[in-house]
Amino acid sequence: MTKANSSNAPGGEAIIDVSGLSVDIAVPAGALHAVNDVSFSVGPAETLSLVGESGCGKTITSLAIMRLLPRAAKLTANHIRFDGQDLSRLNEREMTRLRGNRMGMIFQDPMTSLNPVYRIGDQLEEVYMRHRGASRKEARERAVFLLEKVGIINPGQRLTQYPHQLSGGLRQRMMIAMMLMCEPKLLIADEPTTALDVTVQVQILQLLRSLQKEFRMALILITHNLGVVARMADKVAIMYAGRVVEQGSVEDVFDRPTHPYTRGLLHCIPRHGLTAGHDRLGSIPGIVPSLVGNISGCSFRNRCSFVHDACGTGDVPLRPVSDVHDYRCLLSPEKLGETQQGVAAQ
Amino acid sequence: MTLADITSAPPASMAKAADEFATLAPSPRELMRRRAKSHIGFLTGMAIILFFIILAVFAPLLAPHDPYDQNLTARLLDPVWGPKGTWAHIFGTDAFGRDILSRLMYGARLSLMIGFTAAAIAGVIGVTLGIVGGYFGGRVDAVVVYLTNVKLALPVILVALSIASISGGSIIVLILVLGLLTWDRYAVVVRSLTQQFRDQEFVLSSLAAGASHARIIFREILPNLTNQIIVVASLDMAIIILIEAALSFLGLGVRPPTPSWGLMVAEARAVMFFKPHLIMIPGAAIFLLVIAINMAGDGIRDVTSPEGRG
Amino acid sequence: MNQVSVNTEQPVLEVHNLTRVFEIGRSWLKEGKPLRAVDGVSLTVKRGEVLAIVGESGCGKTTLSRLMLGLQQPSTGDIRVLGEPLVGVDRKAFARRVQPVFQDPYSSLNPRKTIGEIVGDPLIIHNIGTPAERLARVEAVMEQVGLPRRFIHSYPSQMSGGQRQRVAIARALVMKPEVLICDEPTSALDVSVQAQILNLLQDLRQELNLTYIFISHDLSVVEYMADYVAVMYLGRFVEIGPAKRVLSEPKHPYTQALLDSILTPDPHKGLPNLNLGAGFPDPLNPPAGCRFHPRCVKAMPVCATVMPKLFHIEDTDVECHLYDGVKA
Repeated sequence: MTKANSSNAPGGEAIIDVSGLSVDIAVPAGALHAVNDVSFSVGPAETLSLVGESGCGKTITSLAIMRLLPRAAKLTANHIRFDGQDLSRLNEREMTRLRGNRMGMIFQDPMTSLNPVYRIGDQLEEVYMRHRGASRKEARERAVFLLEKVGIINPGQRLTQYPHQLSGGLRQRMMIAMMLMCEPKLLIADEPTTALDVTVQVQILQLLRSLQKEFRMALILITHNLGVVARMADKVAIMYAGRVVEQGSVEDVFDRPTHPYTRGLLHCIPRHGLTAGHDRLGSIPGIVPSLVGNISGCSFRNRCSFVHDACGTGDVPLRPVSDVHDYRCLLSPEKLGETQQGVAAQ
Repeated sequence: MTLADITSAPPASMAKAADEFATLAPSPRELMRRRAKSHIGFLTGMAIILFFIILAVFAPLLAPHDPYDQNLTARLLDPVWGPKGTWAHIFGTDAFGRDILSRLMYGARLSLMIGFTAAAIAGVIGVTLGIVGGYFGGRVDAVVVYLTNVKLALPVILVALSIASISGGSIIVLILVLGLLTWDRYAVVVRSLTQQFRDQEFVLSSLAAGASHARIIFREILPNLTNQIIVVASLDMAIIILIEAALSFLGLGVRPPTPSWGLMVAEARAVMFFKPHLIMIPGAAIFLLVIAINMAGDGIRDVTSPEGRG
Repeated sequence: MNQVSVNTEQPVLEVHNLTRVFEIGRSWLKEGKPLRAVDGVSLTVKRGEVLAIVGESGCGKTTLSRLMLGLQQPSTGDIRVLGEPLVGVDRKAFARRVQPVFQDPYSSLNPRKTIGEIVGDPLIIHNIGTPAERLARVEAVMEQVGLPRRFIHSYPSQMSGGQRQRVAIARALVMKPEVLICDEPTSALDVSVQAQILNLLQDLRQELNLTYIFISHDLSVVEYMADYVAVMYLGRFVEIGPAKRVLSEPKHPYTQALLDSILTPDPHKGLPNLNLGAGFPDPLNPPAGCRFHPRCVKAMPVCATVMPKLFHIEDTDVECHLYDGVKA
């Protein structure tokens, strides 16, 4: 481990500390290495963002922490330390006690994560009653309190409604309230705003952030939207083909992107001042390699303009750029062309 | 090329060398072939069906005896494993001295023929109604739903029984009745699937390209339904074979002396305690064929299912 | 609109006062409630221009695109391509002029057809050319969008999202239409693939002098692609004008809020403050007066009662009471 991923959070001791997490999924053709040697830690009131394109392993990583992987998946890790326990060694019953209680998860589609046949109130209260052994009345009070917290007007009436009666933004607020019922220490949000309108996205992100600070939760934010990452996260891990290719503080990674993939991604976003008539967007040619079977060398090499013979063999380790900034490439940051000015900062 | 050359390349212009299209996922047909190869239920079911089809088609060549040939000196012979069995009549003979194996082969002909044609008639009716109702919606759909509900309220066996008893056991009438009585399942499945496909963007694209509704139904939607229709048809065929056997057993289906499995069971009733194999052999044939059709149907569903978002 | 333009060339696409009303909850017995999904929309686009329509879900932009594709009939109003009216004529005539590129490259291609069949289908529908000529056209258009020829016998499930979107673009182009209506063409794609598709659309526009209606909720994409921007709110354009002007000096408070919600990847900025009250209103019960007033920070008493008029300021049209008294 390098300094970046073991660095102490501003709030003190890390809430979740993942080391050497790998997930292999059995497919007919062999083992699919969905996640490969991922390590990070998140402290209280801190936000880590897992970023990458579809299939990069960011969602599998979060499911591995929640231990909600499909049956065909095999999890290995040095440790997944959460709240004094190693999640990789807990059995299903112990995990059930943690999920929804000490750790919560918000998914992209709030319609499918709320059960359509139950009233909102029943779903919120049930979590609290199950984990805290509270009475229906206590649970109702808590639910009303939290709905007010997430900015819902007239919570008493909303609690008697069904999910389909609410708009997407309201449903996502409900999901957040539901996750907060038991005051979890860790919240995992998987593309929480992708299905929402841009204005609603900003409001939900603001809400998530203020509640996170208030309850001092660790937040793992999974997204492909680099704008959301830059505005929300303290730390970021850029994932590609199951590996973290660059990680560090969000300022370092966005101001001094080092790995060719990170830079490529930042070049792909239309930026203020560019117009199609005059400027072309950068793009990353090629496609993600197959993750099935034995993988050696750098997984980005087939799309990289810096590729050379050494990229094809051996394991490429994470190397430090600075104290809080690592990247996974054989070339030095100087060779890769130092700072990309104007990429992030405008 | 040295390392220095590579590193001096401006990072903005990413490599052009990599071919985005170098790899292509296997085609749907290839995937189906792969899945079919390892699906035990599908393979077993298909093998048994194929076996029965071969027996049925080549019955005149394969059957050791004429199925109608009565031999009163060789009545109720035991099968080959029985105390007085002979290889001349492997499954023995019935009360008229007819060879059971030969009758079984010709009976397979009848069962498969009735099952297939009746299922096809039901399929044409049900698919047409389902697709029209699902695609056009509104009043058209209301009519389809109404017809389906009426059909579902009909007691199939009773109607089949009464029509068969009135018309008197012609095979054509039997096929028509069974076809007209079992289309509802197709209509229900096809209607709901069509409703899903109707709103897909590829249907909108085709509309936007100026395609007629008929073209969209036949060229865009129907090809996407074939798997499901085959699965329903297999279930339907199994049910029809059972009903045909039941009707023949009750003397309301195929007329003696035509070799039919249901009839064979019925004819063996009188001697079932002395010669149980006379009931068990045709019974086992019905059971085997029906379960094989169901296995194959389930297999087809598994083999062809998830490919849209592959 | 945009009459000030000195370009006297005939517009490729003109939409005049288009309205589409749905009746919601109508049954055999009772009358439905009217939902004015598109309510008096007008626009004009010249050859080679890109008009972007932005707005939140439920604002009517999808209905508007369906109307402009001839998939739905307008309740009132007029659509013309090169001066030729298209409302009420055969869908085939529409299809030769206007073609769509949809959002989801997974559901927009029939999984049972090969790429060649999908791309060539419009030619068969319109009975154009011999089989050999059709094949040549399919191959040519596949090359234009950067698809290798050998894909012609492949199926959509064998391809990535970006490749599929190229197929969808090829199908739209095969009939050489005047206008392409791109409905969120990149929002289902990954960032790097989005860039490839935007670059492709831009190249095609220059090569073929195409006109785009570009529907999107992503304002950074809109800023990159569009010449003109129309901001839609509850069925109406509340602001329409040159992209540069609208995106740098927004006049309508709603446009301002949309612009504020762009999250550029800048770690030194926090989350913006939108000043947007309340949620999106129920389109079945639109607010009286200015439809935006319940959410507007600059709302005045007049906004709650009087529908704002259209004001023409510089080269932008805007519907907002803030400009009452400004000479149009």
